[in-house]
Amino acid sequence: MPKLSTIQWAGLAFFLLAIFVAVPGFIAASGRSDLYYTLTSVALLSIASAGVWLTFYIGRINIGQGAFALIGAYVSAILVTKAGMSFWLSLPLAGLFAAGVAVLIGLPILRLRGVYFAMISLVLTQVVTLTALALPITNGAKGITSIPLPGGVSILGLTLIPDFATLENPRLAFYYSACVLMVLTFAAMYRLVNSRLGHLCRSMQQNEELASSIGVNISYIRIIIFAISSFLGGIGGAMFGSIAQSVYPSSFQVADSVNFMLNCFLGGLGYVFGPMLGTLVLYFGWDLLFELGRFQLLAYSSLLIILMLFLPNGLLSLRLPGKKGDDK
Amino acid sequence: MEQILANGIYLGAQYAMIALGLTLIFALMNVLNFAHGQMYVLGGFVTYTFYGQLGWPFILALLASCITLAVLGALIERFLFAPVIRRSSREESTMLLAAGLAFLFDAVILLVFGEKQRGVPKIVDGVFNWDFRLIMPYDRILICVLAILSIVTFILFMQYSKTGRALRALAQDRTAAQLMGVNVARYSMIGFALGAMLAGLVGGLLVTITGVNLGMGGPTSIKAFMMVMIGGAGVISGAIAGGIILGFMEAIGLAVLSQYGDITYLLIFVSLMIFLAIRPQGLMGKPWG
Repeated sequence: MPKLSTIQWAGLAFFLLAIFVAVPGFIAASGRSDLYYTLTSVALLSIASAGVWLTFYIGRINIGQGAFALIGAYVSAILVTKAGMSFWLSLPLAGLFAAGVAVLIGLPILRLRGVYFAMISLVLTQVVTLTALALPITNGAKGITSIPLPGGVSILGLTLIPDFATLENPRLAFYYSACVLMVLTFAAMYRLVNSRLGHLCRSMQQNEELASSIGVNISYIRIIIFAISSFLGGIGGAMFGSIAQSVYPSSFQVADSVNFMLNCFLGGLGYVFGPMLGTLVLYFGWDLLFELGRFQLLAYSSLLIILMLFLPNGLLSLRLPGKKGDDK
Repeated sequence: MEQILANGIYLGAQYAMIALGLTLIFALMNVLNFAHGQMYVLGGFVTYTFYGQLGWPFILALLASCITLAVLGALIERFLFAPVIRRSSREESTMLLAAGLAFLFDAVILLVFGEKQRGVPKIVDGVFNWDFRLIMPYDRILICVLAILSIVTFILFMQYSKTGRALRALAQDRTAAQLMGVNVARYSMIGFALGAMLAGLVGGLLVTITGVNLGMGGPTSIKAFMMVMIGGAGVISGAIAGGIILGFMEAIGLAVLSQYGDITYLLIFVSLMIFLAIRPQGLMGKPWG
């Protein structure tokens, strides 16, 4: 792993300070506690988008993250409501289940490339939505509602995570947990991209046959990467279900899958922190344009097209000096 | 049984036309046109305006749909897709553009035509009834015949006209076509316009039967993707085969599986995934498109 330069450490410290101290302070001062929900959503969606970004990294256009987010949300909801499991235990299980499904599905479909993979992954979202409607355990179109808030976790009497139901402001707790998850995700992504596996992925992105011919086990790597990607999707979805306290087959749809992909494109496919920035800009952009009323969608899509015309390689391709993500 | 077959042909013919436009654009530009369903809806609304609101003859309204979409497609290719393809370092960037266009079309349709379901008066009255074994309204038969005629015309055009030959050359090998003196920029634009026009034509044809509403765009795009995948991306015969296969699967599924609830599409999706696992390039596609 390459050493971080001083300016990168400073940027990291600044970023952590901003999301863990400055943002809650600002919200407390201005009284806009609704922002917590928005920012928590951004954090969780950026986790799922990070997964999509990772599949882009091996040269696959993934429009199926909504499927894995939905799977994660359902697994966690079922474990919590039917089996009475603690949410914090169900969260990794939801991710693992999504990863397992990804391995099973990925074995055949990862052989596809280019638009073929893009289209089949898009269809995957539909399959999961329809399955959720058809299966008895997911309760059909009625969905799973009134999921309890996450309980506490304590080891040897030491409270690590307080019971969310007893907190006076569970939104703040959700914000913190989402941010911690997001920071962990992107730290892991940064580590992965700069590891040996990351180099192998880059070789696959450029030319799979060539990578394979010099001894890269491409079928193994693409399954691993797809599983990690879906793990992130599952975790993001599970947390989302817990915040909304309900899951429906329509919680994650094709439009969400497309949005995950757009987040990556907008932030820039060449930058690890691209999905985070892309999610923030897209989500906030949509919210800010709410003032325009019925012209919201028109303005949003026009901006998207203009951005694409002038910055076709993503926002981070602007490359301001010392900006995070310059290093890949 | 006869009824199911007739429904299959009817659905298949219209699906094939939608898939043709999508596959044409993909073959020429390597662009996955997310906005294809929205173009189809727009075509429906143009015909609705001219035929349903202004009282033009149906054929003229249909022509207006085609021209509107063709012009729109040409402009989009010239001023949006061509520059982005030129500037972007990865060709997938066009997908963001296409998705943005899909949103834009949705927004425009919402502002101009509203979100209500719109229908037009029937073009022909009456129902064809063969001993209650086969029942089909005359207007459906007419639309089906028109769709098949358009497909045949399109194939003849691609096969025998100079433009069609140039487009096929472009789809086969861009560089080689350029070396042989094909004006690549011009024919890309014509191809995109032609693809958009086909979407507009189907939209105009179908508005007489199913009506048209804003929400139809996205699902139509997904169906078109599926047909293209079944037949093989970028291959014209594949798009037609994919459309007809999907049409028949839907007709048979809806007739046979109706007592089990809404699982037709789930089964279609699952069988599609199994099929693609065995034959990733579709029925007639070249490997890796």
